[in-house]
Amino acid sequence: MDSKISIKDLSKSYGDVQALKGINLDIESGELFGLIGPDGAGKTSLFRLLATLLLPDSGSATLCGFDMVKEYKPIRNILGYMPGRFSLYQDLSVLENLNFFATVFDTRIEDNMEMIRDIWLQIEPFKHRLAGKLSGGMKQKLALCCALIHQPKILLLDEPTTGVDVVSRSEFWQMLKSLKAKGVTIIVATPYMDEANLCERVALMQDGEILSLNTPAGIISDFGRDLYAIQGKDIYQLLLDLRTYPHANSVFPFGQSIHYTDKRDAISPSELKDYLISKGQYDIEISKITAGIEDCFMALSQQNKVQA
Amino acid sequence: MLPIIFAMPIIQLCVLVFAATFEMKNTNVYVVDRDLSSHSRQIISKFYGSPFFTVKDVDFSIKNAEDELSKDNVDAILYFENGFGKAVDKKEHASVQVLVNAIDASAAGLYNAYILSVIQDYNLQVNSKIQSVDKNNTVLQVKNTYSYLFNAEMKYIPYMLPGILVLLITVIGLFLSAMNVVREKEIGTIEQINVTPIKRYQFLIGKLIPFLLIGFFELGVGLIIAAFVFKIPILGSVWLIYLVAFIYLLTILGIGLFISTQTDTQQQAMFIAWFFMIIFVLMGGLFTPTESMPEWGQKMNLLNPVAYFIKIIRMIMLKGSGFMDILKDLSILALYSLVMLSFAVNRYRKVA
Repeated sequence: MDSKISIKDLSKSYGDVQALKGINLDIESGELFGLIGPDGAGKTSLFRLLATLLLPDSGSATLCGFDMVKEYKPIRNILGYMPGRFSLYQDLSVLENLNFFATVFDTRIEDNMEMIRDIWLQIEPFKHRLAGKLSGGMKQKLALCCALIHQPKILLLDEPTTGVDVVSRSEFWQMLKSLKAKGVTIIVATPYMDEANLCERVALMQDGEILSLNTPAGIISDFGRDLYAIQGKDIYQLLLDLRTYPHANSVFPFGQSIHYTDKRDAISPSELKDYLISKGQYDIEISKITAGIEDCFMALSQQNKVQA
Repeated sequence: MLPIIFAMPIIQLCVLVFAATFEMKNTNVYVVDRDLSSHSRQIISKFYGSPFFTVKDVDFSIKNAEDELSKDNVDAILYFENGFGKAVDKKEHASVQVLVNAIDASAAGLYNAYILSVIQDYNLQVNSKIQSVDKNNTVLQVKNTYSYLFNAEMKYIPYMLPGILVLLITVIGLFLSAMNVVREKEIGTIEQINVTPIKRYQFLIGKLIPFLLIGFFELGVGLIIAAFVFKIPILGSVWLIYLVAFIYLLTILGIGLFISTQTDTQQQAMFIAWFFMIIFVLMGGLFTPTESMPEWGQKMNLLNPVAYFIKIIRMIMLKGSGFMDILKDLSILALYSLVMLSFAVNRYRKVA
């Protein structure tokens, strides 16, 4: 079954703010696709356009072969959309919410149990609790159930794991994997770079543009430079000193260490260490590491800014 | 929320119907009698005897009286000049001065009218007494008599209650519906609804029906209270009242939903609904007769659903009007509801 999405030159602006600047993207049937980017990158705007809630300024997109603007009616039948903000009825119980959305889609819970069983089993013990009284993770599971109740072919999840604890997050991704196995095309937007590795392909977004589109491994292999993690006693002073180092390409704080790339292709860590010691740093450890998605994102966004 | 929706109107109905009346029961009068003649005393005794007046004091000093008036202790002063009685006896021009506290203009008008009618009454008496001394002289008087149709005793409760009933249904209908769709916008549930294949008119009909039922329930409770607590005879058909209420509620809910679709926050919706509510109610003929308004005001009332419903429900309840009597107003309301509802459906957008 064909449930691919193709987006061509899609642009959208709100007043003077250009939220999307000519997005081109093709997502294959049954793919688990990740849109990674910070807040304000345009992820939600892209979702709301695909969910037929917004009209584009220019460009077009087709979902399962249906045009986003002209054929929005069939799209609403095949699309599951989970907004970033919890938007089920808080004053209805879990079961009432699910029943309501099943009815709106002209179907019944029983007919679609197969689709939602794994998730439903986890929230069934709370089925008579009001949706507003659920914990964050439970709310997201319920929202996912409601988005799946009509067996959509395409599932749009806008920051489904924001504000959810670590255990629930990994459970949530497990569920997405099993949904993918059922042939649903899933697009997940997330500001968490670590979740990118869980997707088949990711698009890194910033300021309404796609910086890079590849598999997570592909994005990392495109990084191209040697990356060093540098640790020291006074992280802030270390950061300032590294930035003044003439050969420094990029310096970013990263947890307890600083990620550093050099302008030269080959560098000797001992030379860098000597420089830092001359600046009065001590207890310095420099180790070469492999880049993560976040490093790639930082590098790409810096490149993008320099070009702009 | 649910108990509030149901309890509030009933309490309002019971309180407002008793409180909102134009009957003046306790007008405080201060009498300054510098005449002390039998004539002035007769007039004063009429005030003592009237249930509407309380004579606070009888005094010689106009200054004391004015002090009392400015302290708000009395509502009106009745002032007899020295020589009043003599003038009456001589059939000369005799006058009484009436000073009324006009802070509340409508109350002042009523005090004045009441006091004048007491003095008028005395006038007729004294005239006929003096004239009848001479047997050959028949007294020529034009006396007017009244007959108040449909509310023989001019009671205020049968007049106010239908109007207040309309007011309560309007509050429920307009406010609940105006808050509704915009509330879904605020908490974000509209987002989830908009991506479903549900049609716009289906969504709005779903919003309409509960309010319609609540409105009907409140109307029923109000009519039961009217009939059994206030003992107002409902002359016309209750079913006809319900038919009118149905069309009226469609109009009001249409306006409410229209407001709701056009606003972004409940605060905005509340403000706009309140704006229309005040205009509708104050111009609708609940407190002041619509006939006393300037012509442009009466023309504006053509767009005031409250005015239609108050007029129709009074006709049905007090006069026993039938379907044909109200047909014209009812069809205007029906047209109105159609326009407002199609506006609401049309202006509600699932896509931004």
